[in-house]
Amino acid sequence: MPNIEIKNLDKTFLAKDGTLVEAVKNANLEVKSKEVVVIIGPSGSGKSTLLRCVNKLEIPTGGSIVVDGINITSKQTDIRKVREEVGMVFQAFNLFPHLTALENITLAPIKVKKISKLEANKQGLALLERVGLSEKAQSYPAQLSGGQQQRVAIARSLAMEPQIMLFDEPTSALDPEMIKEVLDVMTDLAKSGMTMLLVTHEMGFARAAATKVIFMDEGTVIEEGTPDQLFDHPKNKRTKDFLDSIL
Amino acid sequence: MSPIENRKANKIKHEEIRRYKIIQMTDGVLIPKKNDGSVLNSWRVTFIFSIALLFTLVVFFPDPYRKIFLFVITGIPVTFQATICAIIGAVLIGTLTGLGAVSKHKIINIISGVYVELIRGIPLLVQLIFIYYALGRFFSLDGMLSAIIALSICFGAYMGEIVRAGIQAIPKGQMEAAIALGMSRAQAFRFVILPQTLKIVLPAIGNEFISMLKDSSLVSAIALSDILKRGREYISRTFLSLETMLIVALVYLTITLLLSWLVGKLEERMNENA
Ligand SMILES: Nc1ncnc2c1ncn2[C@@H]1O[C@H](COP(=O)(O)OP(=O)(O)O)[C@@H](O)[C@H]1O
Ligand SMILES: [Mg+2]
Repeated sequence: MPNIEIKNLDKTFLAKDGTLVEAVKNANLEVKSKEVVVIIGPSGSGKSTLLRCVNKLEIPTGGSIVVDGINITSKQTDIRKVREEVGMVFQAFNLFPHLTALENITLAPIKVKKISKLEANKQGLALLERVGLSEKAQSYPAQLSGGQQQRVAIARSLAMEPQIMLFDEPTSALDPEMIKEVLDVMTDLAKSGMTMLLVTHEMGFARAAATKVIFMDEGTVIEEGTPDQLFDHPKNKRTKDFLDSIL
Repeated sequence: MSPIENRKANKIKHEEIRRYKIIQMTDGVLIPKKNDGSVLNSWRVTFIFSIALLFTLVVFFPDPYRKIFLFVITGIPVTFQATICAIIGAVLIGTLTGLGAVSKHKIINIISGVYVELIRGIPLLVQLIFIYYALGRFFSLDGMLSAIIALSICFGAYMGEIVRAGIQAIPKGQMEAAIALGMSRAQAFRFVILPQTLKIVLPAIGNEFISMLKDSSLVSAIALSDILKRGREYISRTFLSLETMLIVALVYLTITLLLSWLVGKLEERMNENA
């Protein structure tokens, strides 16, 4: 059962000027199998940091994270095995610019999973079709629009056949007219039963697709609930103020 | 930050990413660029001057200039052989040094840092002679091989700095995306970071090649029958020192200008592709 359990998570950064930044403070959060959990909150509230702790792009300074039954904060855990199970989609796409769309998708399966190039290409083309970009297999990232790049990035993550997908503001870098095509792919993914943890400002998507919405502020989880509870009847004043500020 | 502000910030980030592709030239002659009229002109003037003077001397003054020219150019293949082999050596050493500089292991950091400091702090001629004697003490190598090894070691340090700058110019998200897919850091460097680095340092490597071609003349003091050594041989035979060195200088100048033009073309093409 793919799930995530975050308990008392702390992440403190040592900033360049020598000050300590408590990006995440005592955060608790649970994502059950096949849930779609959306994190919202103001800029700088620690949303990205929390997400990046789940696949250890950041090393937590306290607390524990258990992914799919494996305690990833323990030193013995082979984090690469966990990363194969947890896909991540970034705000800035981060496609590899020297590789074609198809090569972007097949690189990790070939090098990490050691599957044959033939097999990887077959799977890669199927994924490109799934995100509606069959005809772009041989295009380089620079030849694609932002929305297309992000869809390739999602396909690239899916190629590792992850159990869990993380998205960090996947549509924030996109021009408005391209947001929908990416959200559509994400909605399909949610419908297919993927376990998802994501940060987004797209409240429409959150309402439609989320099973749970989390409001974070100043590094902590302030409130959580179903989309209807959280958006229509927020209990906490900070949640209310934040929702007022963005609508 | 609102989504819209966020989007703006991101556009700016992308601008920066585009700009990183330009790596500062370190040495060598000015390289002609399409949209830089004055540089284009000064390159042209120098080139035409050097070709015209060489041509005039060789064609209209066969004695002594044509003789000198024909004698001296037999050193060109030697100069090129040493430079081409040594640039390959320097790129290999430079890649290791550059990787060492960005490594997470403190010891490896320090080793590569000390190597770079050492090489940068000692005059090239002193290094070359030292390495040549050191190699001669322990191995019996011929002049060419010693010269190649010495040049590789000396230029490897500068190449290391270029590679380090190149690696650091790759946006952090590239390494993160590779790691998030389950790749090891070594795999990420090999398949994601280094191919992109190579592309952005290529013009700088071309420029190092030109520097090395000139500086390889220092090796001739000890080991090689390159262009300069052939000139000095000619002088010791005929005592035509000024005339010979004029031809030697013109031959180097012509080659260097031609190569600079090539590197400029290379850079232009890479900027078009970017
Ligand atoms: N690598 C880092 N070094 C220092 N401070 C950081 C680093 N990453 C994030 N922070 C700080 O941690 C806080 C939370 O950042 P982040 O998780 O990116 O917030 P959000 O994604 O909610 O906007 C911010 O104050 C940010 O400046
Ligand atoms: Mg963020």
